[in-house]
Amino acid sequence: MPAVEGLFTIDDGEPRLIGGRVPGTESYFFPKHLGGADPRVGPVELEEVLLSRRGRVWSYTTSHYPPPPPFVVTAEPYVPITVAAVELEHEKMVVLGQCTTGVGPEDLEVGMEMELTVDTLYSDDDCDYLVWKWRPVAAGSED
Amino acid sequence: MDEIAVLGVGMHPWGKWGRNFTEYGVAAARDALADAGVDYADVGFVSGAVTVRCGYPGYVAGSTFARALGFTGAQLASSYSACASGATALQVARGQILSGACDVALVVGADTTPKGFLAPNAGDRPDDIDWLRFHLVGATNPVYFGLHARRRIDLYGATTDDFAMVKVKNSRHGAHNPNARFTKEYGLDDVRNSPVVSDPLRLLDICATSDGGAAMVVSSMEWARSQGHRDPVRVAGISTVSPTYPDPVIDLPYLAADSVADPSAPLVGFKESIGTRAYDEAGLGPDDVDVAEVYDLSSAMELDWYEQLGFCGAGEAERLLRDGDTAIGGRLPVNPSGGLGAFGEAVPAQAIAQVCELTWQLRDAAGARQVDGARVGITVNQGLFGHGSSVIVRR
Repeated sequence: MPAVEGLFTIDDGEPRLIGGRVPGTESYFFPKHLGGADPRVGPVELEEVLLSRRGRVWSYTTSHYPPPPPFVVTAEPYVPITVAAVELEHEKMVVLGQCTTGVGPEDLEVGMEMELTVDTLYSDDDCDYLVWKWRPVAAGSED
Repeated sequence: MDEIAVLGVGMHPWGKWGRNFTEYGVAAARDALADAGVDYADVGFVSGAVTVRCGYPGYVAGSTFARALGFTGAQLASSYSACASGATALQVARGQILSGACDVALVVGADTTPKGFLAPNAGDRPDDIDWLRFHLVGATNPVYFGLHARRRIDLYGATTDDFAMVKVKNSRHGAHNPNARFTKEYGLDDVRNSPVVSDPLRLLDICATSDGGAAMVVSSMEWARSQGHRDPVRVAGISTVSPTYPDPVIDLPYLAADSVADPSAPLVGFKESIGTRAYDEAGLGPDDVDVAEVYDLSSAMELDWYEQLGFCGAGEAERLLRDGDTAIGGRLPVNPSGGLGAFGEAVPAQAIAQVCELTWQLRDAAGARQVDGARVGITVNQGLFGHGSSVIVRR
């Protein structure tokens, strides 16, 4: 199950982030209800949209120390996590995410094409808790 | 914008003292009052900068400091805007003075910080973006610093040695500051050999968290003159602006930047807009600045600010640094106090401490770290959740 509900979907077999859009405009938000607002429009109900699955690396970094709670450290000893900020193809919106396991800074550069996937964030006895992650298109694409 | 006078400044030295934050704030306040030659009974307004790590007394910092100094019936306010809290507290005090509600105000901020990464409060809060970034992405503050530093490398050809040079420069400055926590002069190899925290940044590129306190006594220009202050340092501009939608730059604590798919949307860089507002209020520009105190949460971030404050164009900050322009003795010294690299961050005190340093600089009272002939100084800083912070002082 998703680690947090309502942020992404894999319902159609393709991982996509769930965003919001001011109807009839190109103003997108992520997460839908925590992504701010466009002050140029009045009170409006955001429509739910699935965001571009692909984008280009805006920047990246690797955390060599385990983040504190509420992050759940799964590997012991800790394995450094690489985080990418990716500008979505259509929405021109930079979205953070962990990279898939095995992707490090040496594999990335600004402007590189990435795609969204879904992977395990952590697990307990009952289930795997899922989150979106980024991976280089060249490394993992089936397209 | 009308100016107000800085009559006195004071600080409790930064460190990891582990005592009640109130102690640091009171010590700084008493120093500022003594420096100003102002009787505490004349203070009509106490403006506290809030700490969220020290329980309820931290949330009502204005009251906490006023009570510890002795309640006098002064009006109170407590401001929280993360790292920008000190500038906001000064902004509130200026509003009281310029509206005529008081003649003299005391602005105080102090903090006692835990060890390690700053992290969100406990509990499951999936509707809190600050909680989500830690839980889902492990995006600590240094992650965002690392993202911005990496862009300087990939876009502008910066090197990790450039970042290290910022630390080396600031440590050389801070070695002469009795209020700094770290007074060791670091060399390039010290930084190169420190462990990587958030690639490409190393431990010595990233600021620690510290205990400390800072305070200012400010008044109307009329009141200052009536007390015999003929040429006080003056606050000429204060910026506490928010970003302007859409802000295309990802910054803490968010999971996403704003979308810029709509070509008709205005594009105003948030960090650039912070300084612009302060310059506009003061009727000054980057060419007028003699000295700056900028928020070096990371060494690379100091370089970003050179460009965002208009000291140079995009991608030119490394050249300013390498040419020695931003060292004491250079054309435009930055962080003569030693900056956060030498202090570590005491969140609600830090923006006030920046103004304390510039006040000493403009009074020609900064001793071995004095910037010769400084007449105009600017501070800049940014608080989590879109809080700009910049103060321009002049003489």
